Amino acid sequence: MLQLSRDQLILAYTRMRTIRVFEERVHAEFGGGAIPGFVHLYAGEEASAVGVCLNLEMKDKIASTHRGHGHCIAKGCDVKAMMKEIYGRRDGLCGGKGGSMHIADLSKGMMGANGIVGGGPPLVCGAALAAKTLKTGAVAVAFVGDGGSNQGTTLESYNLARVWNLPAIFVVEDNGYAETTASAWSVGGSQVKRAEAFGMPGVTVEGEDFFAVSDAAEEAIRRARDGNGPSLIHLTLPRYFGHFEGDAMTYRGEGEIDSLRRDRDCLKGFRTRVTETGLLEEGQLDGIDGEVAALIDEAVEEARRAPPPRRDDLLTDVYVSY
Amino acid sequence: MSKKSFRAAVNEALAQEMRRDPTVIVMGEDNAGGMGAPGADDAWGGVLGVTKGLMPEFGRERVLDTPISESAFIGAAVGAAACGLRPVAELMFVDFLGVCFDQIFNQAAKFRYMFGGKATTPVVIRTMYGAGLRAASQHSQCLYPIFTHIPGLKVVIPSSPYEAKGLLIEAIRDDDPVIFFEHKLLYDEEEEVPDEPYRIPFGEANVTREGGDVTIVALGRMVKLAGEVADKLLKEGIAATVIDPRTTSPLDTASILDSVRETGRLVVVDEASPRCNLATDIAAFATENAFGALKAPIRMVSPPHTPVPFAPELEDLYMPGAKEIEAAVRAVADYAH
Ligand SMILES: Cc1ncc(C[n+]2csc(CCOP(=O)(O)OP(=O)(O)O)c2C)c(N)n1
Ligand SMILES: [Mg+2]
Repeated sequence: MLQLSRDQLILAYTRMRTIRVFEERVHAEFGGGAIPGFVHLYAGEEASAVGVCLNLEMKDKIASTHRGHGHCIAKGCDVKAMMKEIYGRRDGLCGGKGGSMHIADLSKGMMGANGIVGGGPPLVCGAALAAKTLKTGAVAVAFVGDGGSNQGTTLESYNLARVWNLPAIFVVEDNGYAETTASAWSVGGSQVKRAEAFGMPGVTVEGEDFFAVSDAAEEAIRRARDGNGPSLIHLTLPRYFGHFEGDAMTYRGEGEIDSLRRDRDCLKGFRTRVTETGLLEEGQLDGIDGEVAALIDEAVEEARRAPPPRRDDLLTDVYVSY
Repeated sequence: MSKKSFRAAVNEALAQEMRRDPTVIVMGEDNAGGMGAPGADDAWGGVLGVTKGLMPEFGRERVLDTPISESAFIGAAVGAAACGLRPVAELMFVDFLGVCFDQIFNQAAKFRYMFGGKATTPVVIRTMYGAGLRAASQHSQCLYPIFTHIPGLKVVIPSSPYEAKGLLIEAIRDDDPVIFFEHKLLYDEEEEVPDEPYRIPFGEANVTREGGDVTIVALGRMVKLAGEVADKLLKEGIAATVIDPRTTSPLDTASILDSVRETGRLVVVDEASPRCNLATDIAAFATENAFGALKAPIRMVSPPHTPVPFAPELEDLYMPGAKEIEAAVRAVADYAH
């Protein structure tokens, strides 16, 4: 926490707030029928993406999951272009061809949300291998769900990252569920012990505590950058919405969401912490809230008005050359 | 007999087979749902509710929810099939075959041959396919050609609720590995479906329309569209035979050839990507075996050679529909040397 400058704190709050408002708004827009396809919202988990990505540089890479909006925003993707992508517009971040589940911006080191659970970790091994081979000094981070942590590709990646001594970080976002299935049931052993079994350090951190996440990420990223290999960070997190939009969530406990929103809110926690310690003032944070609200309003307005892809776009981008 | 949705027909086939045969088990991600969670059990019954109600009737020992470990649980279904069970495993979207394919094509498909005819592997893998839900490139593919390519696998593509029930019961009773393809856009289709169990044999095509001018072979969701086009064109005097092969492996080549020899004109409608799909396969077969009867070049109706796009405008353009089928039928009907 001490390492973070005032500017970084403001950026952290702005990004977390942006993710929250973005997701609440996408929820509303989806409910109104404006957004097609499968949409998985990240609200409640903002401190993970932002706590990790704030410690990354532009050259560093991340690979995300199907629940990718937060990772995109945290890595600096353009929020308006993201909204347009979710609406399937021509000047969306991926030309309207990917949608919510495939938002990517390689120029920002964001290697894509992913429709395949467990798709990201091997790619991150590759990004880390490229960084190591090309001596760029970059690191690569795979965000993995609790469900995704059971995928063979993930476990193979742990081993590969260890034996090749790659500058890779695996961030397991344990939001309690994979679809309807509790992580308490689906995960054999423990995330940290899995890491240790593969010979890499692992820690469990309360994922709604931005400062705890940031500290753990800073340490793991430094280890990777110094050439000391991969690490795993296991974050326990609340998921405020359903698995995807349209999920009736009958599998959740009575009052579960209300209590998560009340007791496990990274934004509230952040605000209390920085104002009580005098690092930032309430008024400043309120000002950011206003700016973010205006930005998301504009993003939705522009996405609504933006034109769809053209007929010819169907056949482009399949190959570089053919 | 009563009106049932495709979803209900699949569900009923599973329930009736589970009642009949205690070795039939069902497994997949959230096939019941709510495992270890504080709220309701049987919370989803699969992502689109197809297996809902099975767990309350048969219990968690026969309706197994799985971690997201497709290689392990699809492989477990294969292994269990080789050891006395009749598992019906769900690969939620066929696009996920990438994380479990070895267990299907190197293991399940090969046991019988490699082991000199000693193994039986009565596993069914149910899987969802097809475009139309704006689900983008990794949740919309029609990968049945890949499975059809593999000797040792049987591949079933039901086109309606009636077909789904009879073919799924057949699949469960069949002693070979069967891949059973359910199109996302068919789940809410309804038609009359018998209440009692019945079987539709593999390798016997269903001729849904008979006409002497053109043969249309269509698969899965395309069968209904082809029938509608045939009805429309009949009013203009173009009489088409519409053939639903039902299974692509085995493929009822005799029915296709008989019809092509009569009409001399063939259109094959396949929602799968156009290279090495069922349309190219059936067209090659017809050319090789009925060349002398052909009066026009064979036309294939398939999407373009691109991944499935997300934007609705692009996806609609991507998917073959009645318009493309009609144009192809007219083209072969009007063709003159
Ligand atoms: C290989 C594969 N299997 C299954 C799915 C379907 N699916 C999408 S998200 C999901 C649950 C993922 O849970 P988790 O990893 O905990 O991430 P969360 O949704 O909680 O963020 C499942 C089963 C998929 N997309 N890919
Ligand atoms: Mg999860």
